[in-house]
Amino acid sequence: MENNIIIDLKNISMEYGNEKVLDNINLYIRDKEFVTLLGPSGCGKTTTLRIIGGFINQTSGNVYFEGKEISKVPPYKRQLNTVFQKYALFSHLNVFENVAFGLRLKKGKEKLDEKVIKEKVSEMLKLVNLSGYEKRDINSLSGGQQQRVAIVRALVNHPKVLLLDEPLGALDLKLRKDMQTELKKIQQRLGITFIYVTHDQEEALSMSDTIVVMNEGKIQQIGTPQDIYNEPKNAFVADFIGESNILDGIMKKDCLVNIFGQDIECVDVGFEENESVDVVIRPEDIIITSPEEGIFSGTVTSLTFKGVHFEMVIQCDGFEFLAHNTIASQPGEKIGLKVKPFDFHIMKKSKKECEK
Amino acid sequence: MLKFLKRFYIFIIFTFLYAPIAVLIAYSFNSSKSSKWTGFTFDWYIQLFQDKQIMNSWGVTLRVAIFSAIIATIIGTMAAIGIANMKKRTRSAVLSVNNIPVTNPDIITGVSLMLLFIALRIERGEITLLLAHITFNIPYVILSVLPKLHQADNMTYEAALDLGATPFSAFWKVVFHEIKPGIVTGFILAFTLSFDDFMISNYTGGTAQTLAVTIFSMTKKKINPKIYALSSIMFLTVLILLIIVNLRQDDNNSKKERKLKKVEKNL
Repeated sequence: MENNIIIDLKNISMEYGNEKVLDNINLYIRDKEFVTLLGPSGCGKTTTLRIIGGFINQTSGNVYFEGKEISKVPPYKRQLNTVFQKYALFSHLNVFENVAFGLRLKKGKEKLDEKVIKEKVSEMLKLVNLSGYEKRDINSLSGGQQQRVAIVRALVNHPKVLLLDEPLGALDLKLRKDMQTELKKIQQRLGITFIYVTHDQEEALSMSDTIVVMNEGKIQQIGTPQDIYNEPKNAFVADFIGESNILDGIMKKDCLVNIFGQDIECVDVGFEENESVDVVIRPEDIIITSPEEGIFSGTVTSLTFKGVHFEMVIQCDGFEFLAHNTIASQPGEKIGLKVKPFDFHIMKKSKKECEK
Repeated sequence: MLKFLKRFYIFIIFTFLYAPIAVLIAYSFNSSKSSKWTGFTFDWYIQLFQDKQIMNSWGVTLRVAIFSAIIATIIGTMAAIGIANMKKRTRSAVLSVNNIPVTNPDIITGVSLMLLFIALRIERGEITLLLAHITFNIPYVILSVLPKLHQADNMTYEAALDLGATPFSAFWKVVFHEIKPGIVTGFILAFTLSFDDFMISNYTGGTAQTLAVTIFSMTKKKINPKIYALSSIMFLTVLILLIIVNLRQDDNNSKKERKLKKVEKNL
């Protein structure tokens, strides 16, 4: 596997004045992989992307592209292209000329024939269902159409890596879903590595091969969407990816955790005895039963219809549980909550809280 | 009634503003040299074009206006790009320095430039006149290009680099087109300011006299209606240039509106 690594970031740090935006990032990306950098705004994901694109230089560390260090290479000499957040289309050029922009810049031996340019542009526009739009003014296109032009403008040079900076952020929900599918198809058909930046966890989960969760300039977890969702490494990841209940617990011994004063069976091992831990329970993993049968019992305080399921808030000994279920329990009703042993996700307390 | 009053008020204002100019234009067609209307004539216009001093000044004025506008536009545009890329604190400092010549009384600019040329022992003539005009035009070009640079987001420049353009060709192929309206407006503004400047030209021109300076020196003697004719032509020239500038702005705005409407339709 080692030899098909296309981009390798080694000990990347980035500082603006005294502010540390990236703190020792280490990340490798394989050829033809769909990697998503996911995190809240200000987590350093866009900075990481801009360092790979060459628009800013890291304070320290190295960037390798196919094994070669490229930190000193300017963006116009890097074999990668970018789809920008607000498309950044050239409004004085029509659709055809926007897409042809990269092709027309080739000089000397690489200079392309007008016929070849025409072929390549039509092929690209066909890829995103924009055939016949060649002569159209950029500003006469809808947001979704502009987005497609931005994508093929970046793809026309056949980059080995495509960088996408929240490309769907400005589109409405329905269009975004369609574009997600379309982007994934394009990536698979062309066999290009995609590095995708987003703060939308659903988008990340549905499109990526690998997700890199970032927060405060640090990588929190790298893994497949399933890994990240089912086995979050810490409370931040658990909270950021999907909704979750995070409880304080004490690990009594392997496979036994104490929550709210009761010992509960779980499947996690490798903690010290009596170590304080975070216990994460996904709302959809909470089973609602009668108060006697549950591990915890409490009173329903609110009920919201969410379409596929109901969302309930249940008050138990001062803790508010969030639960999803297809059957509604009315506010005021006393119920019991049950969770299967493997649905307790136990993780070390994040450092910050230890310091507190 | 209220509507009538509103209209009347505007009518009064415009009368005060334009009546003197209208009188001037009327007198330029008066066959008598006195203020009495004695009949219509083109004589003063014909005499105007036969007057060597005035024709000479026309040449000086046009040459200085065109060249100072071109050179100030180039320097001002480059300066604006530099300023736009400065850090916030330096940028506001440089901008306030840039604004001083704009608000500074012309007479001070004129006298100080004259003193500078004398100190440097440069004989005053068309060259010093040109240098002076370039100097006072640059701040205006900067002020008209800078907003366009702020409007044009940096992203398109980066996009061009990303697609393989060198910084130089990224500027010419992308950024230049985005700020072009500002550059053209700056050029026309510079031309107009140079064309109708009197104060600074009076102190820095020496033997080279612009139209404004010539008119001034002619009014000191007995007034010849040729001056009325000349002033009318100058007024019309500036008026036409200003109309062009305004139409350009309107055109830009309505283009934007049309584009927006199109986008809305597509959505």
